[in-house]
Parts: sequence; C-alpha cells; structure tokens
Amino acid sequence: MNETFVISLLLGSLAAMVPIALTSIGAVISERAGVVNIGYEGILMLSAFFGAIFAELANNGWVGLLGGALTGLVIGMIHGVITVYLKGDHVIPGIGINLIGYGGVAFGILAYWGTAGQHQVAPSAQIKPLWMDAFGNSLSPMVPITIAIAFIAWWMLFKTPFGLRIRAVGENPEAADALGINVELYRFTAVLIASALAGVAGAYLSVDWLGTVTKTIAAGRGFIALANMVFSGWNPIIALGGAFLFGFFDNFAIYIQNNPWLAGTIPWQFIATLPYVVTLVVVAGIIGRARPPKWDGRPYKRE
Amino acid sequence: MTALEELKGYIRPLGESVLAILIGALIGAIVLWLSGYNAVAAYKALIQGSFGSLGNFAETLSKSTPLILTAITFAIGARTGLFNIGAEGAVYFGAIAAVAITQSIQNPLAGILAGLFIGALWMLPAAVLKVYRGVHEVISTIMFNWIAFYLASWLALQVFENPMNPNSTLPIPPGARLPLLVKNSTLSLAFVIAVITAVVVYVIMWHTKLGYELRTSGLNSRAAEYGGINPRKAMLWSFIIGGMTAGLAGALQVMGIPPSYSISQGLANVYGYGFDGIGVSLVGRNHPLGIIFAGILFGALNAGATLMQQTGVPLEMVKVIEGIIIVAVAVPGLLDLFLKPLRRGKA
Repeated sequence: MNETFVISLLLGSLAAMVPIALTSIGAVISERAGVVNIGYEGILMLSAFFGAIFAELANNGWVGLLGGALTGLVIGMIHGVITVYLKGDHVIPGIGINLIGYGGVAFGILAYWGTAGQHQVAPSAQIKPLWMDAFGNSLSPMVPITIAIAFIAWWMLFKTPFGLRIRAVGENPEAADALGINVELYRFTAVLIASALAGVAGAYLSVDWLGTVTKTIAAGRGFIALANMVFSGWNPIIALGGAFLFGFFDNFAIYIQNNPWLAGTIPWQFIATLPYVVTLVVVAGIIGRARPPKWDGRPYKRE
Repeated sequence: MTALEELKGYIRPLGESVLAILIGALIGAIVLWLSGYNAVAAYKALIQGSFGSLGNFAETLSKSTPLILTAITFAIGARTGLFNIGAEGAVYFGAIAAVAITQSIQNPLAGILAGLFIGALWMLPAAVLKVYRGVHEVISTIMFNWIAFYLASWLALQVFENPMNPNSTLPIPPGARLPLLVKNSTLSLAFVIAVITAVVVYVIMWHTKLGYELRTSGLNSRAAEYGGINPRKAMLWSFIIGGMTAGLAGALQVMGIPPSYSISQGLANVYGYGFDGIGVSLVGRNHPLGIIFAGILFGALNAGATLMQQTGVPLEMVKVIEGIIIVAVAVPGLLDLFLKPLRRGKA
C-alpha cells in the first residue's frame, strides 16, 4: 500500500460519494416531509441522459447539471401530484419511473445519438476538474459543492422555520395543519427539492464523473442512496459521511477484484455486500437506532 | 356474496387496468412519433411478434412464466399489507438451488422443491426483521436484493461454474429438465406450473382460513388482532409463501428454458423478474387470476419486442410502455378522471 494508491482510493471514494450523497440528501428532505419515493434510480438515469444533451447543446457542463435538475423537477412534479395532491400510494410511481428510466435511456441513446448502449460526452461539454495529477486522479468541483449542500441542507432542516415546517408535515401533519401550515405545499416543495438534487446527481454521472451515458449508468445508486438515507437516520450530514463510506467500499471492491492475491482470499462480492449488511444492522437497531418520520409514506387527508 | 356480485367487483379494477394499458400504449406511441419512428409499424410488429403465430405465442407464454410467479410474491404481500419487493433476490437463489440439487438428484421435482424451499428461506430474514424489529420491508428487501445479487453472482461464478463454459453455471442435467410444450420454442411445462401455482394461491387466499387471516390483517391489522388473528403470524406466512413462488420462478427459469438450462454470466437470464413482477401484480390488481392475464400481457411485450426491433425501434421501448402503465395505475381514481366528464356530458 503506497501513497499513490491511498490518494487514488481517497479521490475515487470522493467522486463516488457525490451522486449518492446528493440523492440521499434529497431523499432525507423528502421523507422528513413525509413523502417516500423509490424512483431515484429512474431520475438518475433520465437526468444523466438529458443532462448530457443539455451540456452538448450548450457546450458547457454546468448547463448539463442544470438540465439534470430540470429533468428531476419534471419527474418530481409527477410523483408529487400523484402522492401529495391525489393522495396516491408513495411507492408505486417510483417503480414505474425506474422502468421508464432504464427503458427510456437505452431507447434514447439509440434514438438521439444513433449509437447502441453508450455515448461518449464531448470533452468540451464536461465539467473541468479542480485538480488533476499525472496518474489521471482528479478532483471535481462538485465534491466541495456536495459537501456544502449537505451542511446547507442540515442547517435548513434543523435551524430554519422552513425546515421546521418540513419536519412538522412529515412528523405530524394534523398538528401542522391545525397551526395553519399548508401541508400539501410543503410536502410538494420537499419532493421537488429532492428530485432536483437527484437530477443534479444524475447529470454529474454523465457530464462530470464518468463522462459518458450508458444504458445502466445509474447502476443501482438510486437504491444505494435510499439505503444510505436510512443509514443516516434521516440526517443530511451523516448521509454525506455514509455516501463516502459507500463510495469507499465501491472502490475497495474494485481494488480487490484487480489484486490477484486478495481476490484469491476474499471474494470481492463479499466486500460489495458489506454496505448493505451494515445498513441492515443499523436499521434493525443492533447498532444505533434509525427511526423514520412518523407520517413517512402516508398521504395526508384533512378529516 | 353471490357470483354475480363477485363478478361486478372485478369490473372496476379491470376497467382501471385496461385504461392504464391504453394510456401506456398511447404515450408510448407519442414518444415513438416524437423520436421519428413509425409507431403504427412498431405496434403492428409488437403484436405480430407476440401473438402472430403459434411459435410467437409460445414465446409470449414462456416469457410470462417467471413474471406470473414473482407478481404473486408481491400480490400476497400487498394483500397482507406488506410492500414486499424482495422477489428479485429469491429468484436468484431459487435458480442456484435448482442447479445445485439437480446435479445429484436428476429429477425435476427435486429442483422445484429446492427452489420453493430456498426462496422461502431467503425471505425469512426480511420477515423476522419486519415482525420482531419493525424494519420496513421496502428498505430491508432492497438491501437483501443487493446482497442476493453479489452472493448469487459469487455462487454462480465460483461454486457452480461450468468448467467447459466460463459464461454459465453447470447446466441442469437432461433428466431434471422440464418437457417442452411446443417444439422449437422455449415454452415448457414451467408455464403450466406457474398457472397452477396462481390458482392454488387464489384458493389459499380466498377459500382457506389462513388466506382469510392474511387478507384481514392486511386490511386492518388492529381489527384483525381484536378478532383473534395474529398479524405477526400472518406477515410471516406472507413472506414465506411469497418467497416460495419467487424461488420457484428462479428454479423454473433454469429448468425450463432451452438451450442453456443454466444461469448465464451476470445472472442475466434470472435478473429483473422480481422487479418486473411488481408491475405485473399492480396491473393484475394484486389478484392471482388477474396476474395470469397481466403476466401474459407483459410476456407479450417482451416477446414482441424482438420483432419490433426489426422496424428499427430499440427493444427497450417496451420497458418505457410498462413504466408508463405502472405510473398510470398509481394514479388513484384514474377511471373517475375519465368517466366523470363523460357522465356529465350525458346529463
């Protein structure tokens, strides 16, 4: 284990942290307001695709991130209208959105770029790294931005009246309603913030980190983000740390795969299951206790 | 309840599902048109490819087989008030179990029983976490699906790998394979087994005491408890039966599909059925008999996609249509949104 390896593992983990952290932070905000969404995987897929299109049209990676956020917003509106305003089930729309995401991106890559399975995003349309070394290790500006977003989200949720209301409509919407808080509006807003953050995360995959759009680009990160949200106990700052751990395990599993001596001793698949096992242990209350907001996933209808 | 009343109760959910399917087809056509494809030609090929000939229809039924079984997993959960999306993992292990046991016992029944047993066993931890620790099943089953994926990949690649063919596991020996129903197709006895399973589950859920307990605790677990039903027991059974049908799906998927009769690399031929089954169950209104038809519909989409691809439309378009159907199903009172203006027009 040498210095170069440690640096590349650290930078790799930070790069992998960004999409999981952004999506988890969004999911924390949405569930704090009482709205469950398991469609982040589909949002990541579609915003990676549309983000790349925006970026190439404008020849600017930041416009790509904006395009991703807009894609997320549109999907969030669909989810929000069904769950918040029509009082529908919170889990079912996400299942549909994930299917649309996987089908739509595979379809879209062929329909829009005419290539099968993957499209390389033009280098000029990608976000430039803050720092880069001779070995290809780099640091994206999205890393400090994500860290900042985690702290801002925490401050917003726990230190501002807006955050207090978001938590109130997720914990006890009846009481919030009695105090004159517009439950539906706050829930809908929280869903939109969450979907936009997941949208940025998706675009980050294509116009920054991976620099390509593939038909499996989200690779389960939308679900990992949900696991991480539970792991964090619905706290944005812990979600940031959790995302780093998930990113680290991800890189570590790849390292083991490429290391013949280690690969012979521990199957890399065992390392890959660790984050999920740890999350289960946390949720089961064996170490710590993760409790969801009281009205999480339940539609609120005024009596 | 008379038979007529029971029939009437089915009309509304049927109408809602048909409407959702129409919306899926319509929006799918719009997407195709916007992307510059010929939607009419694509849909013609889709129907031709799934129902156009005996061979194509056999393919449709073959593709529907695992979907019917994983949909039942979800449906039993939903009827018990659970959101069990863990069928995916149980499918992998059902397939591995069938491959493992048939190496020594060359009998299809052994494979089927192994699939049922391992499927139920894999679902138990999620059941125990739910019942005794209050862990929400959506979260635990998502975790278990990932754990299953990595463990099953390892088992397939390292433990049961085929030394003659590194791209797959050991094949199911000929003595344990299920007979084909239509020559030169992939339709085997597996489809019949899936349909029988659906009917058996229907009988259990609607005509036995256990089924009554499951459904009652699903409707209102407190009222059920007051009425002398143990909702914890009901939940455990719901996970166990659901795990069995998902495990069976995996076993049948390797025992009944020529030519490989094995699990391919990356679990490709057993991957995704647990997720797709959720959609099938929703369109089938979480009812075993509705699921048979919804399963055939989704099977038809998957079978017809191959021919549709020849008109230039990417295969994955059918996933988009499926996704839109599910989002449409999720809209509460979908039928009323359409029927109300109609009724007003009449008056």
